[in-house]
Amino acid sequence: MDRLNALARRVPVNAVYLAGVLPFLWIVWLTLSNGLGPDPVKAIELRLGELGLQFLVVGLVITPLRWAGLNLIRFRRAIGLLAFFYVFMHLLTWVTLDMGLRWDQMAADLIKRWYIIIGMLAFATMIPLTVTSTNAAIRRLGPAAWNRLHRLVYVAALGGAIHYLMLVKAWPVEPLAYLAAVLVLLGLRLWRHARRQAAQSA
Amino acid sequence: MNKPPLRWSDVTPRHLWLNRRAFIAGAGAAAVAGPAMAGLTYSPSSYSTSDEPNSLEDITSYNNFYEFGTGKEDPSRNAGALTTDPWSIVIDGMVDRPGTYDLADVMKDQPLQERIYRFRCVEAWSMIIPWIGFELSGLLNRVGVQPGAKYVAFETLVRPEEMPGQRSPILDWPYREGLRLDEAMHPLTIMATGLYGEVLPNQNGAPIRLVVPWKYGFKSIKSIVRISLVAEEPPTTWNMLQPSEYGFYANVNPTVDHPRWSQASERRIGAGLFGGRQDTLMFNGYEEEVASLYSGMDLAKFY
Repeated sequence: MDRLNALARRVPVNAVYLAGVLPFLWIVWLTLSNGLGPDPVKAIELRLGELGLQFLVVGLVITPLRWAGLNLIRFRRAIGLLAFFYVFMHLLTWVTLDMGLRWDQMAADLIKRWYIIIGMLAFATMIPLTVTSTNAAIRRLGPAAWNRLHRLVYVAALGGAIHYLMLVKAWPVEPLAYLAAVLVLLGLRLWRHARRQAAQSA
Repeated sequence: MNKPPLRWSDVTPRHLWLNRRAFIAGAGAAAVAGPAMAGLTYSPSSYSTSDEPNSLEDITSYNNFYEFGTGKEDPSRNAGALTTDPWSIVIDGMVDRPGTYDLADVMKDQPLQERIYRFRCVEAWSMIIPWIGFELSGLLNRVGVQPGAKYVAFETLVRPEEMPGQRSPILDWPYREGLRLDEAMHPLTIMATGLYGEVLPNQNGAPIRLVVPWKYGFKSIKSIVRISLVAEEPPTTWNMLQPSEYGFYANVNPTVDHPRWSQASERRIGAGLFGGRQDTLMFNGYEEEVASLYSGMDLAKFY
């Protein structure tokens, strides 16, 4: 574990940003080279959304790994910002390429479609997290308040996974897998929290 | 004289070949039945739309056929292993001449036509597809529909060893669909056995499938092995799975939304990155032909 930690310390944070943008560049390349099949719009939208969810899940893994002794906290901001980037691009794809700027239909969807409402709520919770991602913001808020605020990421991840599950037909594996991953990662926190409370009251 | 060997690059691209065919037809050769170089002999139909069909590539690589997997690209990847010859269809229930009919027998004396139809998926995308097929009414008349029959029930093949999607219980196999008898007898309702002038690719429901162009795509059941004439509304797969979302009728209707998404508009596959959306038409644009089938029915209730 010490060796892993030492190795992780040598990885510059910028490398995470760089690696995190590669999937986006890959999507751009596939789009330009007609590599996304007959329905590139849906493919772009789905890939961006899945990447957003993947970065959210990876972000939620950091803390349980720290309990196990592996410290990757240095990379968490990059992972969170990448998650926001992909979710934002996913939303932008929906607005422009998918809905074709049909504002009236989007507005109607925002009121009555639960998968749209939940997806949009999940995105909205990520805005304050992104805005307060700077060192200055952490100082201004104070670590305790900052930590409390950033628990909103639980809502974002859960909302994102439910949003995915709600827009598919039947019960395919992928959305179920994301939801399971998020539930396990949130469950771990609850379990640890409950154990600590029990230990304190004992 | 030595000619250079022919290469695949020498083959006329299908869209050019089609244009050529359209040109010939336009030049007064319309009465000539299908081109000799194609696999099938067929005649044109006034039921065809004049819209530009999607490319064969689009139609054969973007499919919902859960028997081969839930991904759009799964059927084109996995359907090659399906054995479509020999093929037979059990026709039973309230018919004068029930039995197990070989595919050739099913198709006997049924004139093939090209029907270029709009195809609207319940997922709010659409294509234009040049089917080759014959009217279902021709087959039903041949086997003799008895007076008590009110509905037609269809079943897809179950063969998990060739249909990998059937190894998981994502749907309650076999895939089942049904039509009211008057819908089944409507001249727009066809049994398709071909596409773009050739036999149906496996991923599109080979060797024989239903096409009901004014209903959402899931009604157009593929790779049919059973047709039953029955008195009661038969159970249908998506309706069994989620009755609040998928009705028995499943008529394309921009004013009746799917509970989770809007049906007011659709994205045309092949329209490109900035193709945007187009308004969905009532009965998928076949209102004039089929609206009378549903006069007096509350289409929001019988969705």
